[in-house]
Formats: sequence, C-alpha cells, structure tokens
Amino acid sequence: MNWFKKLKDGLSKSSKKVSGSLASLPSIPALIGKSKLDAASLEEVEDALIAADLGTASSTRLAAALKAHKFDGLVDANSIALALAAGLQTILEPVAKPLEIRSENRPHVVLLVGVNGSGKTTTAGKLAQIWQGQGKKVLLAAGDTFRAAAVEQLQIWGQRTGTNVIADATGGDAAALAYRALAQAIEENADVLIIDTAGRLQNRSELMDELAKIIRVIRKLDKSAPHDSVIVLDGTVGQNALSQVKAFLAVADVSGLIVTKLDGSAKGGVVVALAEEFGLPVHAVGVGEGADDLQPFAADEFAKALAGVSAS
Amino acid sequence: MFDTLKNKLTDVFDGLARRGALSESDVDAALSEVRLALLDADVALPAVKSFINKVREKAVGVANMRSVRPDQQVIKIVHDALVDMLGGDAAPLNLGTNPPSVILMAGLQGSGKTTTAGKLALRLRKRDRKKVMLASLDVTRPAAREQLRLLGEQAEVGVLKEVDGESPAQIAKRALQAAKLQAYDVLILDTAGRLSIDEALMAELREIKKLTNPHEILLVADSMTGQDAVLTAEAFHKAVGVTGIALTRLDGDARGGAALSMRHVTGCAIKLAGVGEKQGALEDFDPARLAGRIMDMGDVVALVEKAAETIEVEEAERLAKRMAKGQFDMNDFLSQIRQLQKMGGLGGIMGMLPGIGKMQKQIAAAGIDDSMIKRQEAIILSMTKKERISVGLLNASRRKRIALGSGSSVQEVNRLVKQYQDMARMMKKLGSKTGAAAMKAMLGGAGMGGATGAMGGAGGMPGLGALSSSFGGNLGKSMGGGLAKGIGSSLTNGLPGLGGKLSGKKK
Repeated sequence: MNWFKKLKDGLSKSSKKVSGSLASLPSIPALIGKSKLDAASLEEVEDALIAADLGTASSTRLAAALKAHKFDGLVDANSIALALAAGLQTILEPVAKPLEIRSENRPHVVLLVGVNGSGKTTTAGKLAQIWQGQGKKVLLAAGDTFRAAAVEQLQIWGQRTGTNVIADATGGDAAALAYRALAQAIEENADVLIIDTAGRLQNRSELMDELAKIIRVIRKLDKSAPHDSVIVLDGTVGQNALSQVKAFLAVADVSGLIVTKLDGSAKGGVVVALAEEFGLPVHAVGVGEGADDLQPFAADEFAKALAGVSAS
Repeated sequence: MFDTLKNKLTDVFDGLARRGALSESDVDAALSEVRLALLDADVALPAVKSFINKVREKAVGVANMRSVRPDQQVIKIVHDALVDMLGGDAAPLNLGTNPPSVILMAGLQGSGKTTTAGKLALRLRKRDRKKVMLASLDVTRPAAREQLRLLGEQAEVGVLKEVDGESPAQIAKRALQAAKLQAYDVLILDTAGRLSIDEALMAELREIKKLTNPHEILLVADSMTGQDAVLTAEAFHKAVGVTGIALTRLDGDARGGAALSMRHVTGCAIKLAGVGEKQGALEDFDPARLAGRIMDMGDVVALVEKAAETIEVEEAERLAKRMAKGQFDMNDFLSQIRQLQKMGGLGGIMGMLPGIGKMQKQIAAAGIDDSMIKRQEAIILSMTKKERISVGLLNASRRKRIALGSGSSVQEVNRLVKQYQDMARMMKKLGSKTGAAAMKAMLGGAGMGGATGAMGGAGGMPGLGALSSSFGGNLGKSMGGGLAKGIGSSLTNGLPGLGGKLSGKKK
C-alpha cells in the first residue's frame, strides 16, 4: 500500500531506531531459547517505547503486557517487535477512522484547529486537493487572520488546487470571516467548507475564547457545524500533545486528529498515548510536503512501523 | 495530569525525615521518580540517563540538614544540576567584529524560524541599535518570503528584495552582497524548514553556510518537541555545526524538556526564548526558570531556601510538639501569622509560584493581601492573655472591645475566631495521627495548602500549610467562578492541583 511505503520510508530512518534498538538490546543473546522476557530486557523495551514518545504510562503498560506474552519458539528482535506491534494495533485499531464527507451536510464543514506551526494551513491545502480530486465542490476559508502571510499561503494552495479561497486582509475578525464563508458555501451549494484557523497555544485563554466564538458564530447558520473539528498535531511533539488535545477538546469539541510531519525522525508515538487517553479518531497522517502525502491512518501499519517490524 | 515531582518525592521520603545522611537506596528511590518526571517533561532518554548519573553522585551522602527535609534537599540538588546542565551562564549572540555579521536560522518545519527571525531583527534594531537586513531563503513553503517581508516591515528593518526563480544558495549570495554594499550590521538568513533526515536539504544548508560564513547558526526548536529533539539537534549539529539554540513557544504549557535534550547532544547554549506572538516577545533564555518548569514545581527551590533562612527551628519544633498533642491556641495562630510575614507575606510567597504572579492584582482586588494578615495580627494582639488561651471567653462585649482596640469591626473579629476554630479543629484531628500521615492530610487540605503545606514540612513548621489553607479557602470563595476559570488554566500548567483548589473545589 502506498502510504505504508511513505510512512515506512519516513519511519524507516526512525523505525531503524526502534527496531535497531530492539535488535541491539544487550539482553537479547541471553534470551535466545527462552520463551519469555526477563526484567532487564523488558526495561529496555520500555525505554525504546519512551524514546518513541509513547510516554511513561503507556510504555510501562505495553512493556508489562509483553511480560505475560509467551513467545513461540526463540525470542529475537523481530519476535519482540511483532508482539509489540500486536499490542499497539489493539490500541490503535479503534481510533483509525478516515475523514469522511457526509453528503447530507450542505456543506460539510471541517474546522482545523491546533497550536502554532503544527501544519494546519498545509493540511487545509492538502485536504482541498484530495476532495477536489474526488470531484467535490470545495471552499477554503482563510481563518488565520493573525499570522503574517497565512492568508497568502492558503491562497497559493487555492490556486494550486483550483479552490475558491474566502479571505479577508490579515488582522480581520476570524469569526466574521468564518460566518461569511459558510454563508457563501451554503449559497453556492458546496460539498465541503474547510476552515483554517490561526495557531494558538492551548493555555492562552483569550485566544481559545476566539476559537469558541468562531464555532458559536457558524452555528448560527448551521446548528450541526462544524461536522468535523480536527486538531492538527505536529508529529514531533511530545507529551504536550495530551494537554493540547484536552484543551482543544474542551473549547472546540475536537472530533478527531491529524498528525503531521511523520516523515522525519519523529515517530509520533504520542498517538498511542492519545488513543489510550482520549480515544478520538485519528483521521490521517502527513508524511511529506506534497498534497498526496496526507494519507489515511492505518492502525496495523502504523503499529508495525512504530514497533519496527522488519518485514514490509 | 501529572503529580508533581515534589509530591512524589515527598511520598518517597515519608518517614525518612530527620534520619541523617541520605543512603544510596534513598537516593535511588528518589531518582527513579526524578527520571519519570523528566521523561514526562519530554527530556530525551539519553539526556535523562546522563543527568541522573550526575545527580546520583551529588545526592548520596548529603547530610540531612536540620531544617530542610531530604526530599526538599534532593529537589534542590536536582534543580541546581538542571540549571547547570541548561547552561548556568548567559550566552549572548556572537555578532563578530566585522560587519555584516550573518545569522543563519535553521530547523524543522513549523518550529518558528520565520517568526523568530522577525523578532530577532526587531530586537537587534531596537536594543542593540544595529542596522539589520532580513532575507528569506525559503522557496519551498508558499508565502514564506511574503511572511518574512511583512515581519521585516513591521520591525522596520531592511528586507532583501525577492527575485523569482533563484535557488536558496543564489539568494544567500545576493543577500550577503547587498548587506555589504548597503553597510548593514547584521544579516539574518531565514531558511526553509527541513527534516533532519533529508540529505539533499541538509547539503543545501551546508552550501549556504559555506557561501555566507555565518557567525551564528541558530537551531530554532519548538519547546513542545518530544524525544525527537535529540535526533533533530544531533542531525543539524552534525550537518552544519549549530552555534546556539532558539527555543520557541515557551509561553505555552509544555514543560520544555527538549531544551535539556538539545543541550545534551550539541553542548550549544540556548540563546533565545520565544515567549509570545507579539514581535517583542523574544527574551534571553533563563535556565533557572526552565529548570523549575521541567520539574513542574514552580519556584519551590526559592521557597525552600527562604523557609530554611527565616523559620526559627526552635519555635517550629515547639509548635510541632503542641500540634502533636492537638493543642493550638491564639498564640500559636499568632506565631504562624508572623512566620508567614517573615517569609514575605502572602504576596512574597505567591510571587514565587509561577502563574500566580500575574494574578496578584486580582487577589488584591478580592481583599486578600498582607494588610489582611496585619489586621489579623492586630486583632489577636488586642486580646488579653487569657482570651488568647481560651477563646471561649470571647463574648459579645469582649469582641466589641477587641474590634475597637484593633481598629477593625466585630465582623472581622468574628471571622478570625471562626478561622481559628476551623484550624483548631483540624489540628485536633491531626493530633490524633502522627508525623507523616498528618503532614499528608494537611497537604491534601483545601486552599493553598498544597504549595505552602510542603513548606511547613520544609522548615519543620507544621501548621503553616493549615494556616494558608484557611486563607486559600477565602481566596477561592471571594474570587468567584469567573476569575478562577480564567486563572485556572495558567495555574494548573505551572502547578497542577492548585488551580482546582483555588476555584474552591474539593480535590
């Protein structure tokens, strides 16, 4: 599958690290011929998971689960990785849900939220391209009226994908713009409206209030909007992702997440911690700068890549 | 979400108090908590390991000071080691002597390079009176050059004219030439975000470095970065030789362990800290502040030092003994109020707790300030010796006299008596338990007990926590929901547990 290769290509450099570190566990030779892991190697597995940003709680749980695991035959790096991948998949399977446009929503409103620099604008552009490609009528709303040139950035994506971009000058009121964009999308009978928003740190309550206002205002036109409130998370972010999701969940009724920048050396293991903590759908992962690099999230493949299963 | 390190360590050292030097097993138990706290703060594993080894050497055998509990001592050792590792000495930007000095900004996508470049330009122009030029070599991200141009205009500095179709290396060359010809002092080169594993882009960065020979190569990194920080920093350092780190988004609630990771692998100083969205929000990096943040404990270290300095051990021990018997009269209450004042009063203590500093105005508006403590002191001082020992004597006419004598009102006297009675009840309860259990009960008490309760332990001054809890209770009530909501988020970031308490809710 295409995205697995992408993720693999990206993650391989990094999964080399996990699989590499699993293969190079000093305790492995001593384990050969045994059917269970000893305390020392469990700790090494736990460390490898922590290094993948799973966080201490999830890492400890997964390593503990491995303790009870009975291996068929010899223990080696790959059999540990396989067992680990199985555990990860169990956690991730329930949250793997692609972003779907429901045609009963006229338009289906997708709101993109998140902290600064997580990749909201780029994701908005990519989503527009994907849905345009499916023959949908898409509108983009440049709701980041704060950052310099954010509007221009989205407009360039609009030109690339042939999508109409509704925008005001930088410094305008984002809620008013979102309202106007939705009104226009309804009038034009668009299939999808993607609303980009300014990045905001989750502890800045005045900025979070602004976000709440955007939602309040668009609900005046469509009570069920936004139909998807998606938080865009930077894959290199560590445990702060938990705080981000929690805060945006409270203010923007986040309904799912998209994790970006997974083509680097970061493994995005925090997704596992997030799945355990919130159980929110993971819609897609960003594995490159091109529009086709936004790929649906597949639990089994992500689990394998994360655990460093060597067979592709 | 996380228990603070302080509370965890308190648990570890429960029952250890006053037992002489720390043994190796005490230290190991404590350090495993430190390890978890650091990992939860996103410090990368290799950095954690090297750090723990350093601390272990220092912590074993530390004599148990009379007035400071071992957990507090370990916290101080850990804190000092963190500050040390984060870079104890300030490291200014190196601008060389031969203008134009070139500053190259590098980092991952979305780490904040362009924003930081704009902020740095403003700072160099205003604070250092330099003539600054900005040039964007980012031909990848749509509208990146536009963004830098707008930021440059806002900062009123020079911006290199954009020419379509140039490669980053060509732009760099042209920028250097323009900066020389137009006699700029500093040239800041913003580059495209790149993955550390992208060989082609890293080669491009090397070429730019060769062409422009920068004085500073700043790695711009998001303070929310997780374990990947080591890999990223290592890769950039290997490729181009980073000379300093600019840490962005420190105004967020991330604990910022990435800073430690990056220091560990590069050995480079953290030179700049981005602390807000405004262009002026760029500061020199403060290791002590980040150390407190990584440990998620506010400036408890300063509190401990202060407590050790000011609280008189004999007085504290006398009080502890009385408390153990469940005895607590107005004299004890007065003694506590005075200890609190010595430590700088409520304002002084709160100032040391991050997040609270900002809300001091609101606290003052709610009528909770040091003058309130002073008035309470006056009320007690207006009582006779007998009244102070048995509060039951205080009938209406005595209360009227006390109010007159202290320049307060009968209501205020009543409030103080009520407060005293609440505390005396609590003390009685505590008296039936002993030592650690009592301390714990107090830590879990309502109000500000969480923060200052530990102090009570620190100085061997049990009861301080309870005292502040009675103030805290008032605080929560008088501030009401609205305010509590507003400060709740900033508080809980720095001090989990405290925010909820301040809003008056039970734990």
